[in-house]
Amino acid sequence: MEFECVIGLEVHAQLMTQSKIFSGSSTAYGASANTQACAVDVGLPGVLPVMNRQAALMAATFGLAVGATVNPVSIFARKNYFYPDLPKGYQISQYEIPVVSGGSLEITTDAGSKTIRITRAHLEEDAGKSLHEDFDGMTGIDLNRAGTPLLEIVSEPDLRSPAEAVAYLKKLHTLVRTLKICDGNMQEGSFRCDANVSIRPRGETTLGTRTELKNINSFRFVERALYHEIDRQISVVETGGAIVQETRLYDPDADLTRPMRGKEEAHDYRYFPDPDLPPLVIDEADLALVRSQLPELPDARQARFVAQHELSEDDAAQLTGQSEIADYFESAVEHAQGESRLTANWINGELMSWLNKNDIGISDSPVTPAMLGQLICRIQDKTVSGKIAKQVFAALWEGENDGDVDALIQSRGLTQITDTDAIAQAVNDVIAGFPDQAEQVRAGEEKVIGFLVGQVMKATSGKANPQAVNELLKKQLLD
Amino acid sequence: MSISEKDVLRVAHLARIRVSSDELEDYQEGLSGILSLVEQMHDCDTDGVEPMAHPQDIQLRLREDQVTEPDQRDAMQKSAPQVDEGLYLVPRVIE
Repeated sequence: MEFECVIGLEVHAQLMTQSKIFSGSSTAYGASANTQACAVDVGLPGVLPVMNRQAALMAATFGLAVGATVNPVSIFARKNYFYPDLPKGYQISQYEIPVVSGGSLEITTDAGSKTIRITRAHLEEDAGKSLHEDFDGMTGIDLNRAGTPLLEIVSEPDLRSPAEAVAYLKKLHTLVRTLKICDGNMQEGSFRCDANVSIRPRGETTLGTRTELKNINSFRFVERALYHEIDRQISVVETGGAIVQETRLYDPDADLTRPMRGKEEAHDYRYFPDPDLPPLVIDEADLALVRSQLPELPDARQARFVAQHELSEDDAAQLTGQSEIADYFESAVEHAQGESRLTANWINGELMSWLNKNDIGISDSPVTPAMLGQLICRIQDKTVSGKIAKQVFAALWEGENDGDVDALIQSRGLTQITDTDAIAQAVNDVIAGFPDQAEQVRAGEEKVIGFLVGQVMKATSGKANPQAVNELLKKQLLD
Repeated sequence: MSISEKDVLRVAHLARIRVSSDELEDYQEGLSGILSLVEQMHDCDTDGVEPMAHPQDIQLRLREDQVTEPDQRDAMQKSAPQVDEGLYLVPRVIE
């Protein structure tokens, strides 16, 4: 039997506020344990939550960006459960009426484009962290993270493959970063993902029993974890078994999923409206403010890059996958006097490979947009060849000549030889040195000319203009 | 409306409250009484009445996004039974 999988994702995006959602404690990452946990965060009796306006506006920003309804009134509710990193015994979340309802994201995979519906996005507070090692059999609790604002973004079960799930996640990741509502740092847990997965025979319309995969926190793990879980479910069904609704954890070391809890009673969170918090109102004035501050969205930017900069869809998609890369590109193009395609090639090729090799982000690139733009100009005006430009790029990366492209080309003597006499001399030498190959070219084997061009380039340390060399060789051998 | 012993035990477990067997009947009666009291509301005609989430007709007050709380860990941890390296220590929990 052929099966299809049905996947829905729940993403927790930490909102980039300075202070917590219901207290004035800092949300900065990496502070000493419990130094950013005030009386509200540790759940002392008698305290009251006071809502952070910025968190509400960030949620509204997200809602507008995905074409959702930003509910004028939404309700905070208590989600009750006991765990030591949740000192109040309940998490303040939203249940019946979330701040954002509906909306969608357009994803593109090898299978084409597809709209993924968003069910809702709601505001809630994060819990603290439990550390289970090193405390003589005790568990250590750090409440610095408790009360950090989260936007939980829930998709409809519209995803039909792990590849679609990854495409959706990446799209969402780019979006929240572009909107500057979440830093997207998966390692620090600012962008976390749970997945609901089920399978059914292809053609079936009712949903199968689902399992929930928890905390799959890198794009790579998401894909692997989903593949494994789908495989596992198919083999359970094919061997006559039934899927049990349960929560499973992906173990990246063993590369498999395993059940997280025993066969405990289904969670009963006993949600009820939080009496400490009256309804959250987001009015027209708030929405107008948020709308006026919306940045250009990734899809629109990609379309503009294609139209304005005459880039291919692929190049434009690559550049707009991160708003910082798109910003870098636009700045570099300006310095490159509008030479957009060559600039895109250099960013998607050389720059990306250096960034990946050194494991740094584009904002930390030692080669600035101004430097790259300047280098592109020198390629355009034939001061350097593309090949030599890579040497210049490497030197710029190492910080030579304080990033002054022209000074660097000068001091390293990398200027392309434009002196035709000098090139002609080198061409003649090569023809004399490789008589067999020269004869082949004369006999009509034009492909061999590439070999001779290469020899001339070698003789001139790559500084001759390859096109000029090519023309001269043809003139000498074929005319 | 009355609830069963099983319901009482379940609610007690969810609330992490230990209820001994000789207390069960008491709780069963008390909780059933509360439910009956609340049930009187079924007699009201609520057609066309919008559900409300808060008894007062007010909206949430919002504060500006500013860090106003200094580090008060030492004061906070004075009432903790056990701490180590700035962490609150609790009996081991593992999922």
